Amino acid sequence: MTAAIRTSGLTKRYGDVRAVDALDLTVERGELYGFLGPNGAGKTTTISVLTTLLTASGGKAVVDGLDIHKHPNEVRRRVGVVPQEYTADEDLTGLQNILLCADLYGIPRSDSKPHAMELLRLVELEDAADRKVSTYSGGMRRRLELASGLINYPKLLFLDEPTLGLDVQTRTAVWNYIRMLKEEYRMTLFLTTHYLEEADSLCDRIAIIDHGHIVRIGTPTELKASIGGDVIVVGVAESDPDISDDIRKLSLVKDVKKSDHEYRIKSEVGEESSIQIIDLLRSKGLQVTKISLTKPTLDEAYLEFTGHGIREEEASKMDAFKHRVTLMRARR
Amino acid sequence: MTDDLTRSTVTTQEQLAQDEGQKMRERAFRAAPKLNRSPLHGLWALTNRDLVKWYKNPIQLVISLVQPVVWLGLFGKAINLSLDVPGGYFSYLSAGMLAFIILFTAAFAGMSVVWDRRFGFMNKALSTPVGRGAIVVSKVLQSVVRSLIQAAVVLGIAVAFGMDTANFGIMTVAGSFAILFFMSFGLSSLFVMLALRSADWQTQMAIINLLNLPLLFASNALLPVESMPGWLQTVVRLNPVSYAVDGVRQMLLGATSAPGYSVLAPLWADFGVLVGFAALLSLLGIVLSWRLLSK
Repeated sequence: MTAAIRTSGLTKRYGDVRAVDALDLTVERGELYGFLGPNGAGKTTTISVLTTLLTASGGKAVVDGLDIHKHPNEVRRRVGVVPQEYTADEDLTGLQNILLCADLYGIPRSDSKPHAMELLRLVELEDAADRKVSTYSGGMRRRLELASGLINYPKLLFLDEPTLGLDVQTRTAVWNYIRMLKEEYRMTLFLTTHYLEEADSLCDRIAIIDHGHIVRIGTPTELKASIGGDVIVVGVAESDPDISDDIRKLSLVKDVKKSDHEYRIKSEVGEESSIQIIDLLRSKGLQVTKISLTKPTLDEAYLEFTGHGIREEEASKMDAFKHRVTLMRARR
Repeated sequence: MTDDLTRSTVTTQEQLAQDEGQKMRERAFRAAPKLNRSPLHGLWALTNRDLVKWYKNPIQLVISLVQPVVWLGLFGKAINLSLDVPGGYFSYLSAGMLAFIILFTAAFAGMSVVWDRRFGFMNKALSTPVGRGAIVVSKVLQSVVRSLIQAAVVLGIAVAFGMDTANFGIMTVAGSFAILFFMSFGLSSLFVMLALRSADWQTQMAIINLLNLPLLFASNALLPVESMPGWLQTVVRLNPVSYAVDGVRQMLLGATSAPGYSVLAPLWADFGVLVGFAALLSLLGIVLSWRLLSK
């Protein structure tokens, strides 16, 4: 059995910008694969290329055993897509929307009608099936998108930011549906997210992507372990002299990074090091404004590999508009 | 959950729920049904979607009728130019108004492409195996159906206000709508094509205004060609709208010849121009859809 997704050197260029840069990844069947990265890292572009919405500028990708360049229509028939934005037509009912999707896949009505109701029941929308989507709440819309993405009996489902803008309860509900799809339906799921918590609790494997590159692939546990130690963050005044070198000389300290007003220090035993660091700073006559000690989490791994937090998106006007619409609808 | 203790206390209802889950699982595993793989599958579903949105919102229909009716009243009745045209100026203008409503409806055919792009539906459709051509043709078809229905309403209003019906018959009315159909098909294709890449409705509005009024005024819809300067007459002859109006007048008003009035082209030529125009632009639209809908 071939892998669900296999890409080699997959690239998408816009002029000089490489939105996706020589991507090599393999997603095994039955896997819940997370694509984690800041906004603008190339997550949505990757999904768009793999689902044939965009044409790759270079490289190869095989999805469900099919080359996306040679058989784009067959790939479209086989995979399910739940896009980031809400795509349902607000003037139609939930059921009409799913049936419309089914028609676009060429599924005969004799099959799509019972299947659509089944999917609506699955996402607990059967009572709202005949209501216009404009009356749906954000969580209901998200669930409807999920049901629409399943109408063509896909074995591989792409989910782009499935919980963007949802409140905590709805997010948990969506997570449960995703887990159910994997466990009960043995589906392969490929999801993008910039919520670390989401990637950590859901995914079997995570690829961290930044600037179109994969910077690290591993299970959540592996990623956390690969940081190799506790992280101490010590706040100082911005005008203080840089004493990174002195800190580095302490016995348990493995690494020191200095930003404007804080040191990020990695240590084998955080509790001991933090006391030593405070002593060191005091002996130099420097004030400690704050201190925190963190056992490795995915957040730390993420910061470590991408070198920054969730970055502000440099979005086009169009993307910004879509983003606003998505958030607006999600919050309804 | 599945240890013996829990198992022994499973109620009938839970058992049913489990059966239900089992059934759903089996369904999910069974192969997808035989799909319709014709390149035109989904065409009617997409067209119908736009039409449902239109007729569920009758306000839109009413508003779109206001303009041609005002023109009929203002120019056809109030000003009523004493031009020597067949059936009198009001009837003459009524035929032009049929073309007017077709043109103005077709001009907005591209707008729904822009909205579908903005609100994500276009991406959803593109992620399914529906033909890229079918997406374009559905946008054209919905505009054609809407514009013809609106033209029928305008015709009814014109007749109610005194349009000359001496030449009305099944053949002449059907023929007129046939020629309007080709005009609408060609123009809708043109405007859909111009919107394929656009997600920006301001640009689309600018394009509509840029093309709409020249297409209307540089035609014989409002005034006889004879009253225009020579260079404008040349433009009128290049404008497909003129041939639709000319054909409709020949059929509905029997306007073949009158003092101070001559037809633009023989009826067969009117049809020829419009069929060619519709065929050319719709084919161009389909070809461009393969290139432009995805990036």
